[in-house]
Amino acid sequence: MDARSESQPQKNATTVERKSERELVVTRTINGLARVVFEAWTKPELFKRWWVPKSAGISLLSCEVDARVGGSYRLVFDVGDSKTMAFFGKYLEVTPHSRIVWTNEESAEQFVTTVTFTEQGGKTLVVMSELYPSKEALDNAVASGSQDGTRETFEQLEEFIATLGANVGRS
Amino acid sequence: MVQYVTHRLDASFAALSDATRRGVLEQLGRADASITDLAEKFHMTLTGMKKHVVVLEDAGLVTTEKIGRVRTCKLGPRRLEDETAWLESYRQMWDARFDELQLVVDEMTRKEKAHGREK
Repeated sequence: MDARSESQPQKNATTVERKSERELVVTRTINGLARVVFEAWTKPELFKRWWVPKSAGISLLSCEVDARVGGSYRLVFDVGDSKTMAFFGKYLEVTPHSRIVWTNEESAEQFVTTVTFTEQGGKTLVVMSELYPSKEALDNAVASGSQDGTRETFEQLEEFIATLGANVGRS
Repeated sequence: MVQYVTHRLDASFAALSDATRRGVLEQLGRADASITDLAEKFHMTLTGMKKHVVVLEDAGLVTTEKIGRVRTCKLGPRRLEDETAWLESYRQMWDARFDELQLVVDEMTRKEKAHGREK
């Protein structure tokens, strides 16, 4: 009779969709309030704990996050072979607990990321959209992530996690 | 288009969930091969290998062509599969990242509860 007996703690699914010719959308429901998720996304000391999953096997050398309108961020990764990679941009919009928009300026494709937090029943739906200036720009981003072709698919699947740095630029 | 890609993703993912099938794709990445070649290489019966090839074919990862009595397998249409593979690896990356975010949020939520939400 109690329809609320939630089938938790099942893992929530992450989806990725090419929503249109120039937009890529990632979604995931997080068990927690939007206020908390927003905080984890905007406070550097929290942000750096999850942005680079442990499984990635690479480290974040520095993480500057000034999540205010006009504020900037800069992430520097150690990507192995004593090489580093920097990802940076500006916050265009920071609306507490519901929406953050930022630029990705290191990327040749110059895309803009918008993340929204929608709370419902104690959980928060996170929708992250990456909007590219043109179809070609998104095609390029996809192509550069998969330029080695199908035969490299499996190495890529694994490498992609390992070379998280390159993905931060997309997000 | 999106639905098509999503469907292909599901099929690809299912196809990729099996170690033999991944091995077959790697093998075909090096050179086209007949089902007989593949069966030998993977120490399987012809029938067993055929089943794997059908799954890969359904997912569009492999195409086959029968010439005479030999069915030759090669890697499937490339462009879409590249995108599919990329989307899947991208999804996995975000999935891992969101898993970590969930842990951080769990911890923050626990702390808040423990501290009675003191301001």
